Amino acid sequence: MPVTMPHMGHLYIPLKTMLEYVGLEVIVPPLCSKRTLSLGTQNSPEFACLPLKINLGNFLEARELGADTIVMAGGLGPCRFGYYAQIQREILRDLGVDMKMVILEPPDTSMRHLFEDIRLLANGHSWFTILQAIRVAWYKARAIDLVEMKLQEIRPREQQPGGADKIFERFLRDVEKVNQKSHIYQMAEDVIAEMEGLPQIECYEPVRIAIVGEIYTVLEPFVNLNMEKHLGRMGVAVRRSIYLSEWINDHIFKGILPLKSNKVVRKLARPYLNHFVGGHGWETVGSTVEHAQLGFDGVIQVAPLTCMPEIVAQTILPRVSNDKDIPVMTIYVDEQTGEAGLITRLEAFVDLIKRKKQLKKEVMNT
Amino acid sequence: MVTVGIPRALFYYYYFPLWRDFFRQLGAEVVLSAPTNKKIVNQGVALAVDEACLPVKLFYGHVVDLIGKVDMIFLPRLVSTARKEYICPKLMGLPDMIKASGIALPKLIEVNIDMSKSDRALKQAALALGRYFTNNELRILRAWNLAKFSQQQFEYLQADSGQLALEALELWNGESDYPRLQRQEERPRIGLLGHGYNIYDRYISMDLIQKLQKLGAQVVTAENIPADIIEEEAARLPKRMFWTLGKRQIGAAFHFLKRPDIIGVIHVASFGCGPDSLVGELIERHMRRAKTMPFLFLTIDEHTGEAGVVTRLEAFWDMISWRDAQCR
Ligand code: SF4
Ligand code: SF4
Repeated sequence: MPVTMPHMGHLYIPLKTMLEYVGLEVIVPPLCSKRTLSLGTQNSPEFACLPLKINLGNFLEARELGADTIVMAGGLGPCRFGYYAQIQREILRDLGVDMKMVILEPPDTSMRHLFEDIRLLANGHSWFTILQAIRVAWYKARAIDLVEMKLQEIRPREQQPGGADKIFERFLRDVEKVNQKSHIYQMAEDVIAEMEGLPQIECYEPVRIAIVGEIYTVLEPFVNLNMEKHLGRMGVAVRRSIYLSEWINDHIFKGILPLKSNKVVRKLARPYLNHFVGGHGWETVGSTVEHAQLGFDGVIQVAPLTCMPEIVAQTILPRVSNDKDIPVMTIYVDEQTGEAGLITRLEAFVDLIKRKKQLKKEVMNT
Repeated sequence: MVTVGIPRALFYYYYFPLWRDFFRQLGAEVVLSAPTNKKIVNQGVALAVDEACLPVKLFYGHVVDLIGKVDMIFLPRLVSTARKEYICPKLMGLPDMIKASGIALPKLIEVNIDMSKSDRALKQAALALGRYFTNNELRILRAWNLAKFSQQQFEYLQADSGQLALEALELWNGESDYPRLQRQEERPRIGLLGHGYNIYDRYISMDLIQKLQKLGAQVVTAENIPADIIEEEAARLPKRMFWTLGKRQIGAAFHFLKRPDIIGVIHVASFGCGPDSLVGELIERHMRRAKTMPFLFLTIDEHTGEAGVVTRLEAFWDMISWRDAQCR
């Protein structure tokens, strides 16, 4: 049973590692493309949120490559994600596509189901091997994040744009192949050193922007239309509110590792938003406050059109922006969003920030 | 006497009798915002973000309508009304959204209603609400029990006597001395699916229910089906549906499919509604697979034109009543 999975940024790398570790044959769907999008959109409910559509496209493309089993996560609400797999199953059924779905549901009443599903996937491997698989996957996720943070910092200062991105892409290909903690981290260190060695524009102080919002749009460059890369070229150092490894720590390891945690961020959202609203809406508000406090110059919220938690956050952000004196822009994406239009909006926003910074400087000097 | 304003929007259509009698028993006068009208829609649309769904926009409009008329506004955070279920992410953030709007609000009566983990949370919420009026717990609990009784009557009228919420509500909101209760007749029946705040709001549903009744149909909604039937039918889904309103729609849809007296089903959803984008899809696929039930899906928002809806309704009605006549 060749298994496949939905794409979300670089998630496929740790996930593939983990599944292969327990002896499964893994077929990674082709990276998200226009074709993925149109396959997904054609067959999905019109008003579903974008990740559902793209993931359906991933499944159909993986099927073409021979995958017959899908591994994905479930959920208990309140947001739509928890029902994605149910809808996708019905769609595949009506399309006559015969794929088995293994849905890892978060423990509802007992852990039994989840354990059973994992054991089933791990076809007879011991818990020791399963834990080992999770660890290796985690190291990779963490290493990728560390390198990407460096990339986000270097991009705006590069003398020749694109150099650091090339190194990063090579790293993503290479890190797939190693499975030892020391090798993974060594590789990351080397690559970080290599990026630092690239010729950089001296004494340039980049504009700093935080990208916050719905996890899928934040993490998947195809869906956010390479927003980070474009901002980097405009001289912006980007930080995201969500990194995959932090997310894994919060949701899978229940925050046992000493990484930045969503608990802190949620506290910062008060008094603006005082309750969980599904997805990452609470974190979006909290992260905006956080980055204002950290002295960032602006915040961009990204989300799929009709995303419920982010609509709540969007409603509240103008208040935060006003109180904390930080420019905030909201960008919704759907299947119609074009890259050119996005770049124009980003440029306008970056201009606004630069002018604001300039003004501040002048006021300070007089 | 202190006046408490209740926006005639969202869960008013599900819980007004409970809320009204609770506040009254505690000595408050309850004031409703006006029935949805153009001004309320426009105010809501102006205050909410474009991306919000119409029911949420309307809620803003109804809150504004109450300003200046009442001492306090009831603004609960409705997270969950049943174990392991939710209403909608947007309602979980609604009080914060209203407060971020910059509207000059009077004093608010706020409480979190979250029964997702335990039913006992409801009693806690009632006590917290009651403390806005008195510290006498006994008095609060007495008010609560009376209010619950009122609510049970309201639900009984719908589930057991086949009354529609919008008409039954007139018994509580005092808008009609002789409530126009729906007469149970041998007329062709149409199953109407949709959230209460859409189908029972005469303005935004463009009087859909009256239109159907005029065409000669008897309307049956999810609220007219006893809760145990809804539960049983919805349990046929491979995975428990965690949206309360979604569960009702699905349960009702499955039930309609089994009823020979229902000759067609209409599903009304708000444009951009998150839960309904998936629930509606499930309903539609099941209806299509069954192949026996005519089905019409209508989305509404502030731009929906009445003429288009009327045309579609009439065409649908002609089609199903013709079919029905053939089968007799
Ligand atoms: S968080 Fe947004 S994108 Fe994710 S399921 Fe909910 S509505 Fe869809
Ligand atoms: S359930 Fe749908 S219509 Fe109701 S508030 Fe949520 S998104 Fe809006």
